[in-house]
Amino acid sequence: MSLVALEGVSVRFGGSEVLTHVDLAVERGEIVTLVGPNGSGKSTLLRVLIGALRPSDGQVVRAPALSIGYVPQRLSVDRTLPLTVRRFLELPARHAPGAVDGALERAAVPALAGRQMSELSGGQFQRVLLARALLARPTLLVLDEATQGLDQPGSASFYRQIEAVRDELGCAVLMVSHELHVVMSASDRVICLNGHVCCEGAPDVVSSAPEYRALFGTGTGGALALYRHEHDHSHVHDHPHARDHVDERDDAA
Amino acid sequence: MLDSFLVRAALAGVAAAAAAAPLGCFVVWRRMAYFGDATAHAAILGVALSLAFSVSIFAGTLAVALAMALLVTTLGERTHAMDTLLGVLSHSALAFGLVAASFLPGVRGDLSSWLFGDILAVDRTDLAVIWLGALAVAATLAWRWQALLLATLSPDLAHASGIDPRREQLVLAIALALVVAVAIKVVGALLITALLIVPSAAARPFSRTPESMVAIAVAIGVASALGGLWAAWSFDTPAGPSIVCVAALAFALSSVAGGWRAVTARR
Repeated sequence: MSLVALEGVSVRFGGSEVLTHVDLAVERGEIVTLVGPNGSGKSTLLRVLIGALRPSDGQVVRAPALSIGYVPQRLSVDRTLPLTVRRFLELPARHAPGAVDGALERAAVPALAGRQMSELSGGQFQRVLLARALLARPTLLVLDEATQGLDQPGSASFYRQIEAVRDELGCAVLMVSHELHVVMSASDRVICLNGHVCCEGAPDVVSSAPEYRALFGTGTGGALALYRHEHDHSHVHDHPHARDHVDERDDAA
Repeated sequence: MLDSFLVRAALAGVAAAAAAAPLGCFVVWRRMAYFGDATAHAAILGVALSLAFSVSIFAGTLAVALAMALLVTTLGERTHAMDTLLGVLSHSALAFGLVAASFLPGVRGDLSSWLFGDILAVDRTDLAVIWLGALAVAATLAWRWQALLLATLSPDLAHASGIDPRREQLVLAIALALVVAVAIKVVGALLITALLIVPSAAARPFSRTPESMVAIAVAIGVASALGGLWAAWSFDTPAGPSIVCVAALAFALSSVAGGWRAVTARR
């Protein structure tokens, strides 16, 4: 049984259909990336999956073992709400002493526990959201454009963190991203969405699929190749040259 | 001890303020001050209806406040923005309540006690109702505390954790109606929102967690209730408004102190 599966899911808002008969399944331990242009229903699909939105048609089948760690696109903490990072991580469940520090360490922001949420930078904030998602002992980590507002090296390092987390915890990952080239190389499977599932498969298969090229052009195929080359030399990420690679990738995309 | 009207007033004020403060924090965090107004103003209609049909005023205000709170909770932003909608409902409820009350001959002169409270006239039964209501509100908030906080922070995060934010919103609406029914005798329908938000706003600059904000808000609310009663006794001022005045002074002091701290921290 899949960890979670959407079966023939359609979502209509008013008169317009945002998702049309979407079938999608996530298996244990795999990294699945959802790509698609703006307005293609990516966020809607995730909201159906986490239970925030009821599909107009079709159903969501959840395995008993499913535990979702959700990292939203953005979260604004109202200035009127005082909230330390530690307190935020203890919502909705309190944790054993040390668990919060462990999660912060795993998300590579060990020293932030006492800080106010409203004082964090964009990158720190996303990592704290990741730490909170990890505390739920997720079998599925769901990320909705989790790197919005981060620069390219920042988001590349964030996604490497996700891969490391997956390797360590064995959880499946479902993520949405605009940064095709960065994300796709880290994925086991890519699903291209545009109201319906256009195509899916291994990253290199999808990036050469005609449906995908029709949506994103051929340039990203090259970018993917460039990134894969970079990926062969994992040390290059923290190297000063990494910035240049990033720029090239920008141009290509 | 309960034979003294001043002791009864103090106990009523303390209970109402202590129940209003934690709920007031949610009103501040969720920006629902207008929601508080609409629910409180509906209570005047509740008073008029209770008197017309000779049912208990507590039951009448609770029922109408609850109806209003549920109505507002279920109304989405379809054709009007939420603040427009709440403004319409809030002032319509007040106007209909005042008109309804004008049909009842005995109530006309008495109306100001429902608008501004009549804490010095609290009897033993009122006191029991106020304390039970306040305890019910406190118990409800304590029971749902973690879920309420997460739903306030982000409905989507709540969903992902298996918490239905709409249910938590309903819990808040019910608690709000209870606070209104409890506090109308203390500060009156027009000033209930003040009892909710002023102590919480005053507590904000000194809080680092939601819990400390609630604790400080309760302390400020209780101190305002006692200070307002003392002022009403000493200067012969109306008790309900005096309580709100003391809370407003606390808010002013806290804003100045908070601003001062921010300035010195930057140096």
